[in-house]
Amino acid sequence: MKRFLLAVAALLVANPLSAQSEIRYEAVDALSMPDDIYMGEALGVATNSSGHLYVFTRSGSSDVTLGTNRFFRHSSSRLFEFDANGRYVREIGAGLYAFMFAHAVRVDSDDNVWIVDEGSSMAVKFDPQGKVLMTMGRNPEAYRNPGPRGAELRRNNGVGAVGDNFSRPTDVAWDADGNIFIADGYNNARVAKFDQYGAFLTSWGEYGTEIGQFNTLHSIQTDAEGNVYVGDRGNSRIQVFDNDGNFKYVIDGIGAPWAICITPGPHQYLYSSNSAGTGNLDNGEIYKMELDGTILGKFGRAGRMIGEFASTHAIDCRDENELFVGEILSWRVQKITLHP
Amino acid sequence: MLRKSALLSIGFSIFMAGSVLAQTPDAPRISYESVPDFMKMPDGMYMGEAMGVATNSQGEFYVFNRNGEATRLFQFDASGNFMREIGKGLYGFAFAHAVRVDADDNIWVVDEGTDMVIKFNPEGRVMMTIGRRPEAQQLRETPGRGGGPPNQRPYNFGRPTDIGWDPQGNIFVTDGYTNSRVVKYDPEGRYLGEVGTRGSEIGQLSTPHSMSMDAEGNVYVGDRGNRRVQVFDNDLNFLRMIEGVGAPWAVCVSPGPHQYLFSSNSNTTGNSKESYDNAGEIYKMELDGTIIGRFGTGGKRLGEFGSVHAIDCRNPDELLVAEITTWRVQKLLLDPRMTSQ
Repeated sequence: MKRFLLAVAALLVANPLSAQSEIRYEAVDALSMPDDIYMGEALGVATNSSGHLYVFTRSGSSDVTLGTNRFFRHSSSRLFEFDANGRYVREIGAGLYAFMFAHAVRVDSDDNVWIVDEGSSMAVKFDPQGKVLMTMGRNPEAYRNPGPRGAELRRNNGVGAVGDNFSRPTDVAWDADGNIFIADGYNNARVAKFDQYGAFLTSWGEYGTEIGQFNTLHSIQTDAEGNVYVGDRGNSRIQVFDNDGNFKYVIDGIGAPWAICITPGPHQYLYSSNSAGTGNLDNGEIYKMELDGTILGKFGRAGRMIGEFASTHAIDCRDENELFVGEILSWRVQKITLHP
Repeated sequence: MLRKSALLSIGFSIFMAGSVLAQTPDAPRISYESVPDFMKMPDGMYMGEAMGVATNSQGEFYVFNRNGEATRLFQFDASGNFMREIGKGLYGFAFAHAVRVDADDNIWVVDEGTDMVIKFNPEGRVMMTIGRRPEAQQLRETPGRGGGPPNQRPYNFGRPTDIGWDPQGNIFVTDGYTNSRVVKYDPEGRYLGEVGTRGSEIGQLSTPHSMSMDAEGNVYVGDRGNRRVQVFDNDLNFLRMIEGVGAPWAVCVSPGPHQYLFSSNSNTTGNSKESYDNAGEIYKMELDGTIIGRFGTGGKRLGEFGSVHAIDCRNPDELLVAEITTWRVQKLLLDPRMTSQ
């Protein structure tokens, strides 16, 4: 493992306009892969209660071709499990029908592993052994080729959307009662709430910039009271709702929240990453906040070296000072030890 | 060092066929031999179109090829025996274009299908990526003259083609089929600058297809569509033009105190008589473009070239040549003393 101690973190401040205090940190490449298996874009990372890591990645596919009228191939998402030391344990769901274009993995309080795949527009719940327990949404029977760079992707407004007809969903969270919240997503613009058995309860939101509207809900978390925190990436804000979807407050001034994470425990914190876009090396810092949005500090900047972040897409914060960060561009997960 | 007993000698006989040579036909001929059965694949594994070939400091070599399973990167020992595959199923592998090895034996590939440059360490693990595989994609066509650059941003490529490094470790990428530029990054992959737009003027490029660097950090760009090698300094200022060597599909600058420039005027992939008549030869030059000699012709037999797409010239007298249509890498032993009219 390569270790890179950022002893003088102040030298690496990407945004001199921000006066927030810099949090010192160390970073290591968290994962060791077998010789014949390769990580792809690390879209999701999550720990379970024994420290095992799950990484949901956009990886290779043996039958990818270009110029076809299908735009994603089956099995181009892969779900890997690692032990607490970052050693590869196994692959889960190889060839799964829902694995097309990874977006998120999260682990619930019973150590079930949930993935959200924006290609198949599905959420899938695995038990800790890796068996499928529940599916939500359905892989479309046929796709329309969206053209280069996805320029023609639809913008549904999400109004009145019911059920689990997701359209490029992005993330999943649960409250203490086991209710399920899905951020949906790129094409829809709503939060959908389901009971613990997957029955639809309600959804809220539509496309736009007003309060209660969303522009790419990209990440979602709940706190211990069941409040819902939505990373409203396109609007560069986090919107906070109560458990029934009533608006509570906005957190802004922290860039675009690509990835958010709320710590467990008696004093909960909120992390949010203002990630570099996939075509630049701008920004990249991660903020640590109180749940009300008060900024406690920030760390990191965009880059490709260990200790820098190349489009952070997921944060695991089960331990508030030992984060796991999954990046799109650098095909890796870093373990970040904070010294606040 | 020529092992004549085992080798097929070609030398003058090709030239004696009397074909019409549009490119510097009076250049001296360099005698060479191609090692028979050099590259040996295991049973059940097949080479595809050999787009890139590069040696490391141990003489082992890597072949980046378009294969049944998308794109594959194979490693061979110095004798041509298969060692292993690197990056099987890699997200960045879709349509191979180039592989090069840097001074620290890191392996870099350029994939024009995923628009990515990927750096592997010598053990074969991914160390850095530049560019990003589009989330949804159709293979873009080369734009016509005046066509807009579709993806010309600092960290996004448009079908990139090749890569090189200067002694400081700065990274240069030729980009490419749909973009028309050379981009410079620092050793950590941060954008420093670029040169080039699509066109035929000085400083413009029409399919910058291959690139190699000299010891001073100058950049030799095979400007294939304009049938010239353009040379830029380390800050990408234009230095000089090298012409009269056909279309430079593949260029290679050898290391060492006396550096040479190799450039292949490759025959096209359609297997036409015209392409054999007018192309197929490789030139050996001084860095200023003075032609030392030429060798080779299009064809499918040993010692002939089926659309050369890459040259490795770590040893300027022992080249490795990768070909598209013949799915092979040949090891060529040049006799630098045996040149004549």
